[in-house]
Amino acid sequence: MQRRDIIITTVIFLLAWQLFAMIVQRDILPSPLQVAAAIVTQFGVLARHFIASALRVIVSVIIAIVLAVPAGLAMGQMPRLNRIFSPIAYILYPIPKIVFLPIVLLFFGATDFSKVLMIVLILFFQILVPVRDDAAGIRPELLNSVKSLGAGRRALFRFVYLPASLPAVLTAVRLSIGTAVAVLYITETAATLLGLGYYIYLNASTLFDYPATYAGAVAMGVLGLLLYFFIDWLERRVCPWKFAG
Amino acid sequence: MIELRDVTFAYAAGKAVFEHFNWTAERAETWAVVGASGDGKTTLLMMLAGLRLPTSGQVLIDSQIIERPRPRTGLVLQEYGLLPWATVAENAALGLKLRNYYGPDGRHAPEDHTVAPEKERVDYWLKRLGISAIRNRYPGQISGGQRQRAAIARTLALEPDVLLMDEPFAALDAPTREDLQNLTIELQREHHLTLVIVTHNIEDAVFLGQHILVLGAPPHTTPAVIDNPLSGDTGYRTLTAFYEKCSDVRRRMPAHRLQPA
Repeated sequence: MQRRDIIITTVIFLLAWQLFAMIVQRDILPSPLQVAAAIVTQFGVLARHFIASALRVIVSVIIAIVLAVPAGLAMGQMPRLNRIFSPIAYILYPIPKIVFLPIVLLFFGATDFSKVLMIVLILFFQILVPVRDDAAGIRPELLNSVKSLGAGRRALFRFVYLPASLPAVLTAVRLSIGTAVAVLYITETAATLLGLGYYIYLNASTLFDYPATYAGAVAMGVLGLLLYFFIDWLERRVCPWKFAG
Repeated sequence: MIELRDVTFAYAAGKAVFEHFNWTAERAETWAVVGASGDGKTTLLMMLAGLRLPTSGQVLIDSQIIERPRPRTGLVLQEYGLLPWATVAENAALGLKLRNYYGPDGRHAPEDHTVAPEKERVDYWLKRLGISAIRNRYPGQISGGQRQRAAIARTLALEPDVLLMDEPFAALDAPTREDLQNLTIELQREHHLTLVIVTHNIEDAVFLGQHILVLGAPPHTTPAVIDNPLSGDTGYRTLTAFYEKCSDVRRRMPAHRLQPA
């Protein structure tokens, strides 16, 4: 994606929003200018909530990666392990884990831990499955030739499985970011005083401050976008071979 | 130097591919193993490489029983042997990197292995194989011939005394293939390598192998060997003797299994 394309798309989006707001003429749809003004006046508060949300989602993604990647690699290269854990992953993967939020809250309270736990629970399987499949799909020719150079299990892991799974990890994380931010929003609407979810919910349903509500939504969108851009940048850094023409 | 002693090999629940098979190759000889696909050529090579173990009997190299890949044996496969995410230079350095990773433990690296000046050796082999100019390219960006050169550079950088090749030229066009064959023989003579090349291509086998091991329909019990003293000279390909030898090999292969050359 080129920078120019992103700018043009953003401008068109803002113009359409403005137009729509002018047609609808209701205070539940403020214009982008009103929202921009709200962002400026509320900047300090918004920034505090933004940082709280960003930290939660970043920590969750990192924990999910640290847990899911080695597990996926191990399952992918050890068929026996895969036979034991694949059925478990298969059953657990499609369960909508968000429905356990009230239970997690009962167990761990309205803490950062329960929010992070929720996101990790969901991302874990989204990363585990593609990484496992990638590790299992490595060509035997490649494994044999690296083994013939002297690689044992440890070196295969380090020099073949890990780099081979990087693109799958990054793709999985990229696809998970939308989910992670959505789950974050839901967890933050429940019994907390910090985070963009709380900020949006409070302004929409208690204070009826609609420009501020939209400002919170924009901030949440920016959070998702920044994470997305970061993964793109990271992919170019760590997988340059995918971009070599 | 290489010895198969009473080797039997069968895949799980399958018929034996080798049965009480004995075979010897001396140091610095070149051997071509020829046969149709599924006749056990690759199985033989994998046993020599220590990547498959015989069901019974022994594979010995330098009187050592082979039970895992031997540090001084190099293996070059037809395709897909290079790491797609590493450049030509990084691929060529992989073997040395692995040795430095383990240190001279006698298992993954020879006991006399000293932490090698990686870059120097890689540079030398990239140059020797004529691929210095593409050292920063990825395998997906270069031709099949260049990929094979990179695979050979990576293997020879480890200074092997045995070189095993599985259909190394099968995916290449004719000029590239002859070029690489000449280079392989040159390197074999330069470094006194014991060379075992597996191929389904009779011309390849006749050009490269001082001895040609013909594998017919399995199970293989006694080796059928054709001596081929003229092998390896670039002029050989144009001589009548070359074509006669090819016919000789062809006659020894079961007719129904013949592959187009």
